[in-house]
Amino acid sequence: MAVRKGIESSLAIAEAAAACDVDCIAAYPITPQTHIVEHLSELVNDGELDAEFIPVESEHSAMSCCCGTAAAGARTFTATSSQGLALMHEIMFIAANLRLPIVMTVANRALSAPINIWNDHSDVMTERDCGWLQIFAENGQEATDLVPVCHRIAEDKRVLLPIMLNFDGFIVSHVVEPIEMLTREEVATFLPVYEPQQRLDVDNPITMGPVGMPEVYTEAKMAHEAAVQNAYEPICEILEEFGKKFGRTYKPVESYKTEDADIVFVMMGATAETCMSWVDKIREQGKKVGIVRFRLWRPLPVKAFKEAVKGKKVLGIIDRHFSPGGAGGPVCQEVKYMLYGEDNAPKVVEVVAGLGGRDIDYDTFDKIFDKCQKVLDGGEVPPFELIQARGGHYGKI
Amino acid sequence: MAKQSPAPNWQDLALGCATMEAGSSKYQKTGDWRSSRPIWNFEQCVKCGVCTVFCPEGCLKMNAEGYPQVDLDYCKGCAICVTECWTGCISMEEEKD
Repeated sequence: MAVRKGIESSLAIAEAAAACDVDCIAAYPITPQTHIVEHLSELVNDGELDAEFIPVESEHSAMSCCCGTAAAGARTFTATSSQGLALMHEIMFIAANLRLPIVMTVANRALSAPINIWNDHSDVMTERDCGWLQIFAENGQEATDLVPVCHRIAEDKRVLLPIMLNFDGFIVSHVVEPIEMLTREEVATFLPVYEPQQRLDVDNPITMGPVGMPEVYTEAKMAHEAAVQNAYEPICEILEEFGKKFGRTYKPVESYKTEDADIVFVMMGATAETCMSWVDKIREQGKKVGIVRFRLWRPLPVKAFKEAVKGKKVLGIIDRHFSPGGAGGPVCQEVKYMLYGEDNAPKVVEVVAGLGGRDIDYDTFDKIFDKCQKVLDGGEVPPFELIQARGGHYGKI
Repeated sequence: MAKQSPAPNWQDLALGCATMEAGSSKYQKTGDWRSSRPIWNFEQCVKCGVCTVFCPEGCLKMNAEGYPQVDLDYCKGCAICVTECWTGCISMEEEKD
């Protein structure tokens, strides 16, 4: 029987990884790391988890090491954050194209400079193109539940890709929540023993990661694209199976009170939890607004998202990262990509908020709502805005 | 003879672009970017074999008559054999094609 207890999300996530009976954990256990790998090292040290814990000298080495253990056929788990993820960058692409089913949790935090390890999405969004599956959890319960789900997805013979489980740094990672913990026996009924499809084996030698000449590189990328796209159906199936088994169902795209709404906010992560409370409050004033949240980010759930925003008039998109001098934030860019050329596509109002730990509160949502309302009333669609910047946004708003 | 398979479609690639056959590097004729090739003057050669020892590609062997013979499928034209030959019997000739 599942046990509900008050526990810091990072510790719950570590316990979930242990419940998945992971074989190898390679991690660099210093800032900006979370308590996840710290707790896993304790579990291994205390004999509560039969796994190899490899404390390496950098995050670059951590991901390299994970590639090695996954290639050898071990169920591999690691965790990182912020600068740590940035240092892994080079190896991220390798893990993905070698189709190594690594599970990595990322407590999303800002990148320096200035030095700041508070919450935003600049770490994960700069890794958008690395070819991993990417999923966002909104709270500790969800992040904990998605650990066995991620292992199932990554190791599914139809998928075989690494997967990044994102949740907001501090706001989720360091907060104590009441979390229903799945026992190891329960996880075992959902997550079978890992049987690698191919692995490094001295008796049956193969080469992983050979040179890909110009004659084959494009085909390698095409195969990778197909793999990421084909992961969508298995992801939906596995999420549904988890829901049936344990009573908590997660979907690639979630909607909240959108049925009668003309204005819909779009975001991911813990911000959506605050936003749902705000929506409840503002609806008392008769303002009809809803929320569409991305849980799955790679593969991009194009069809489900289009369906979720169909018939809406204005979308208010909250990005937690942006490209200076570029076209705003990644979520907005991709939403616009999905809507371009669609008949009666909603207008898109973009804001960037919650950078480097700046709280997104009801006032922020009020301001975004006002911007959306002006567009709904026939006003011009404004360019993206760092809505919380004191002194205002540079340029024409 | 080196085996050259046709370039595969993406559907035919192994999982993660792995090479499933051990020792398959022998199929890759890596000498095709050579810009010049070594030529031996056998009248001057004393069959000492020092060129075969220093060849970093291992593509020099002594033939039945005891003279060094180069495998041009793999020779990169680095000219280390020319440098190491103490009789000065090897020279480099530019590849024309």
